[in-house]
Amino acid sequence: MIILEILSWLLLLFGAFLGISGAVGILRFPDFYTRIHAAGVTDTLCAGAILCGLMLQAGLSLVSVKLAFILLFLWFTSPTASHALASAARHAGLKPHLAPSREDSPSTP
Amino acid sequence: MILYLSALLFSLYGFWLLLSGFWHDSLLLGLGGVSVLLVAVLAARIERRDPEHHYLSLLVQLGAYWFWLLRKILVANRDVVLAIWRPQRYPISPTEIRLASSQRTPTGRTIFANSITLTPGTVAMEVDDEGIVVHALQTQAAQDLARGEMDRRVSRLERSAK
Amino acid sequence: MIFAATAIAILVVMGLALIRAFVGPTVYDRVLAMNMFGTKTVLFIAVFGFLSGRPDFMDIALVYALINFVGVIAVLKYAQRVGAGECAEDG
Repeated sequence: MIILEILSWLLLLFGAFLGISGAVGILRFPDFYTRIHAAGVTDTLCAGAILCGLMLQAGLSLVSVKLAFILLFLWFTSPTASHALASAARHAGLKPHLAPSREDSPSTP
Repeated sequence: MILYLSALLFSLYGFWLLLSGFWHDSLLLGLGGVSVLLVAVLAARIERRDPEHHYLSLLVQLGAYWFWLLRKILVANRDVVLAIWRPQRYPISPTEIRLASSQRTPTGRTIFANSITLTPGTVAMEVDDEGIVVHALQTQAAQDLARGEMDRRVSRLERSAK
Repeated sequence: MIFAATAIAILVVMGLALIRAFVGPTVYDRVLAMNMFGTKTVLFIAVFGFLSGRPDFMDIALVYALINFVGVIAVLKYAQRVGAGECAEDG
């Protein structure tokens, strides 16, 4: 039981770290399209780690099933929302800043 | 249609039970049944085309695919987090590429586009019949997608649903 | 204890997302920050349920996850109709 407790603490702390990383990324990245990726970190693994940590705390119960459903919904809806955002911005004519030297980069396979 | 409706009724009622947590009160169970029926009728009116999907065989394959996708998500998260905290050593190189997608059904294409967007570092910006326009945070992520492993896996998943 | 720490971290994340929502610069940045704020709210409600020992908060979190998604899509639809061009230039 103490192992489960420690594992759950680690997952919660990991999720908190990922959340803060994503928030720093959303402030630091240069343009809208790159910021979507930072938000993606918090939507996928941060939510996953925190909810899994809570599930370990709850054990096998109705609460755990509900947490699993929250995670499932988040993972189904967040890519749809991100895609809707990106395509709406693209249709509105917002241009992404692209890396300048991607044509002549030596590492193309 | 019958199969679709019964699957819908079954899953909706299961969801209702999950949310309410009432197992014994027959009045509440009955009210839940009425609301589930109402929602199913409304959903069947919305679904215009013949909903001929084979969800059950898809579900089995979906487990294996999710496991693979989860590993992808872990790796992609590490890349993006490194790019956030150590921008000097792991610089971002935003890239836009066009991927060909080999899926035929809208469901398959949706799964592919959603998988791309779910992995941090790549976002599907535009989906049409020929392919998908993807914005990637780093060029490596775009090249990784261009190798097409995800596309093949989703297509295999799609074929298994027929 | 650990729940309090996680809850505070999530609050910090929500605060940073709010900064991005205020700074902009485009309307899409704001919607993105709002979406992130919403998903973090879901997590916060779940953690808070454990913190206060009331597991019925999970229902609220579950419903909030759905409402947040519908809200973002609705705002995007609105932005599309109002005239996306001027939204993208919004300073």
